[in-house]
Amino acid sequence: MRLDAFHVVAAAVALLGAAVTIFDLLPINKFAFFAGYVVLQYVVLATAWNIMGGYMGYVNFGTAGFFAVGAYTSVVLYNLMQAPLIVMIPVAGAVCALLGLGMGYLTLRLRGVFFAIATLALAIVLETLVVNWDYVGGATGAYILRAREIAPFGDYVEFLFFVMLLLAIFAVSAARWIERSKIGRGFAAIRDDEVAAECAGVPTLRLKLIATTVSGFLMGVAGAPFVLYVGFVEPSSAFNLVYAVNSIAMPMIGGATTWAGPLIGALLLGSVQQVATVTISSELNLLIVGVLLVFFVIAAPEGIVGLVRKWRGGGR
Amino acid sequence: MKSFGKKRLFGSLKKSLGAAAAVVGVALASPVQAGDTIKIGFGMALTGGLAGAGKGALIAMQVWAEDVNARGGILGKPVELVYYDDQTNPATVPGIYTKLLDVDEVDFVVSGYGTNLIAPAMPIVMQRGLVFPALFGLAVNEKFKYDNYFQIMPAGPEPMTDWSRGFFSIAMAQDPPPKTIALVGADAEFARNAVKGARETAEKLGLEIVYDESYHPRTADFSPIVNAIQARNPDIVFVGSYPPDSVGMVKAATEVGLKAKLFGGGMVGLQFASIMTALGPKLNGIVNYDFWVPEPTLRFEGVEEFLAKYQTAAEGKGVDPLGYYLQPYAYAYLQVLDQAITAAGSMDHAEIGKHMRDAEFDTVVGKVKFAPNGEWAKTRVLMVQYQGIEDSELATFTKQGTRVVLYPNEWVSGTINYPYAE
Amino acid sequence: MFSVDLLLNALVAGTLLGGFYAAVSLGLSVSFGQLNIVNIAHPAFVILGSYVAYMGNSRWGLDPILLGLAFTPVFFFIGVGVYRVYYESFERKDDEALRGLAFFFGVMFIIEVGLIMVYGVDFRSVQAPYIGQNWKLGGVGVPTRMFVPFCVSILMFAAVYLYLSRTFNGRAIMAVAQDRLALQLMAADPVRIKQLGFGIGIGTTALAGALLIIIIPIEPSIGRLYIGQVFAIAVLAGLGSIPGTLVAALVLGIAESVVSTFFGPSWAPAVAFGILLLALAFRPQGLFGR
Repeated sequence: MRLDAFHVVAAAVALLGAAVTIFDLLPINKFAFFAGYVVLQYVVLATAWNIMGGYMGYVNFGTAGFFAVGAYTSVVLYNLMQAPLIVMIPVAGAVCALLGLGMGYLTLRLRGVFFAIATLALAIVLETLVVNWDYVGGATGAYILRAREIAPFGDYVEFLFFVMLLLAIFAVSAARWIERSKIGRGFAAIRDDEVAAECAGVPTLRLKLIATTVSGFLMGVAGAPFVLYVGFVEPSSAFNLVYAVNSIAMPMIGGATTWAGPLIGALLLGSVQQVATVTISSELNLLIVGVLLVFFVIAAPEGIVGLVRKWRGGGR
Repeated sequence: MKSFGKKRLFGSLKKSLGAAAAVVGVALASPVQAGDTIKIGFGMALTGGLAGAGKGALIAMQVWAEDVNARGGILGKPVELVYYDDQTNPATVPGIYTKLLDVDEVDFVVSGYGTNLIAPAMPIVMQRGLVFPALFGLAVNEKFKYDNYFQIMPAGPEPMTDWSRGFFSIAMAQDPPPKTIALVGADAEFARNAVKGARETAEKLGLEIVYDESYHPRTADFSPIVNAIQARNPDIVFVGSYPPDSVGMVKAATEVGLKAKLFGGGMVGLQFASIMTALGPKLNGIVNYDFWVPEPTLRFEGVEEFLAKYQTAAEGKGVDPLGYYLQPYAYAYLQVLDQAITAAGSMDHAEIGKHMRDAEFDTVVGKVKFAPNGEWAKTRVLMVQYQGIEDSELATFTKQGTRVVLYPNEWVSGTINYPYAE
Repeated sequence: MFSVDLLLNALVAGTLLGGFYAAVSLGLSVSFGQLNIVNIAHPAFVILGSYVAYMGNSRWGLDPILLGLAFTPVFFFIGVGVYRVYYESFERKDDEALRGLAFFFGVMFIIEVGLIMVYGVDFRSVQAPYIGQNWKLGGVGVPTRMFVPFCVSILMFAAVYLYLSRTFNGRAIMAVAQDRLALQLMAADPVRIKQLGFGIGIGTTALAGALLIIIIPIEPSIGRLYIGQVFAIAVLAGLGSIPGTLVAALVLGIAESVVSTFFGPSWAPAVAFGILLLALAFRPQGLFGR
């Protein structure tokens, strides 16, 4: 892996994040950290979804299922041993990676929309399991009491923001690396024509398993800090359809074939939603997602990234 | 509190300063921020699953603000409500309350509607030591144990079991007393807790639990459940359910011809005008919890005026046209705050919190006194029985005698028709 | 706890419930199964149908089923319109898989929010003489609230099935996803045929919505809850098979009802989806796959 401008920018963003959370270099309002956390969480989810959906053309409706399993892994770890976040994140990632692998095996033979429906069914089965599992609170929900402060960040939410920033940088870097590697070219071959790819000797099954595992892992790590952010988690909010809708809409709006697409889409749509929550504050708020999504898929099939390319005149 | 430390470079230094800032901040908060108005902030479910109730609560709160401002405000200052839609999604709540406190610089925050939307605000409120009047959450404070939390829902000091106390008290007073019970509830927060409380009480009373199941909230047809209950022939049936399944349950019970002697308990939704008019005579005989009904024993001072104003304001807004259930309490939790601020004579949260813990308040829902855990000092979960309903007109349910109070004794307004399946 | 009475009741209740599921899934079976259009907004259209029935019933006291029937042509033309947009934007560019799915997701949200803005989020229901009665056949109860929708659903199935299998256009709809070229050779325009088929698919939601509001009270976002079920049925059926859809819906209804009666209702939805997952893993062509 060669270092280039991307890595410089990523490192700069991480440093800037550290600067504002640890050293309070900029007079940022605390609300910005809460809102920023949610936006960054969507960066991770959208990027994770895009590894399967955008690169490989396999639509996952079950984002909320993976996200929630990540969150509930944290609940289990908290109940078992009051584990710190540093433990929760990798374990949640590992559990969801296994789940992704399992789902990959189960759906090996499914293509296109059948796969999408299987993921939806998986999310519902998982939700039913959690609802009936009293150890993690069942349908009643579970409380997680977070510390008020944590050194050296001060406020705990600033710490969560910083962690999510690192996770987002990690996710985007991973997606970018995959996109440019041999694996990514294999994914693209599957997206364009799976049968032809298989005939040409692309190991489609193995690639699919890699995609479901990596994507699951990233969704899991996005879910792990959720319980500490909210302080209270119950199935209907953890398995909220909003996660599935957003993680599809964001790459679509940004542009699904490149790592920059979900990043742009999540930053844009996520910020719009955060702002709309505290400004419009009515049903119109929900309408934004729907209208933007329909508008973009009709008018800008390649998303914002595609528009920019076209505008530059170098559209591929 | 960012303004206190823009250039702090060391974590440890920051931490100690941060603690100091928090203390100073609370002390400073009122005189510095108090402009010409008192701002009260909250998130409320205006879309999503709980929006029906949330919108009704919001109208009640707006009626309160108008009333207060008409009489000259609090401490001579007009009040202003600052609110955002939490979309019935707990994940939006931390952001909303931080925005309210740090950007809008509200003087007070109160909770949105429902346990799931109260709990996520608790860490933020606790961190800043604010008084937190809350609207209809069940046993939220059991884990947090926060002394400035005040729950207006009259569940009582032991919310889990107090909830269904009346149902059992009525059942055990019958002759002969029931021996068997069926418990059924939705797989969701409130219903689970309500059934859990009922289970504990039933075990304590030595009732034999012959059926104990929960169902998915999406269930479309409840006749298999009611049939399964019927097959075990329980004397009484306790249900913990949400609006759509309450309707499904009642319809299935009348269709199957449930033979239980007492049926109801914790069914949310049967208090709503739209559902009462949809079910009409099918409601007769059901004994269910309620918080306010138009019975002579519950005509507290100001409640009728409030309801009249609410009903005018609610017209054409797609919300409950009667506003009996949660609306008077949404008005009352602000009344409590109002009276506590006035009594404290300042906007100091510690002072106001102390007053809220100690004093008794006169509200449109009667006298309110809080227990140390922030719940009502004494339960007032009413058990009412639907009686003599012959049609599905809205006006029917505004008449006294259609929902007779059977419990607690202080508020009783009629006698029970027993058994349910007469 | 087991008794023959209980089993019979569970079977009857499951059959009636399955009949209703069938009505909700029929349109999807046409649009998704036969035309390959993944209309994820299908349940949202059903809810739209419910609100039409609610409006006519509460304002003029009209019968919800007649209202559903009367509005079927209106919904048919809505469906035609939606298909035109879909075709121009996605299908013509051979771009339907991912973007088409996202498009319908957006449509679903727009319908839902539109309904919230007009009607609010209160639960709505309808009045009709056949709601609330109950027939007793031996120890078995048959609630008319479930029985009437069941019968309507069966009639609806018969009508759609006859149309698809006996008329030229109907057969063309069945053929369009399989072999466009052959269709063109028969002088049928595939776009027009798909437009017709999609219109029928959306048309059925007017009536299905009326049936839904007869059975349970509704609010705008309740449609989301049915996405899983309708797709489960469509897949279980083997895409596009109309009799298969009916059988799959009945299987799902009966499975939910029996599990609910004997194993506890909280497992009912998981069992239904468990069946789906197994079917997808081991027999993806469905019970009646071609």
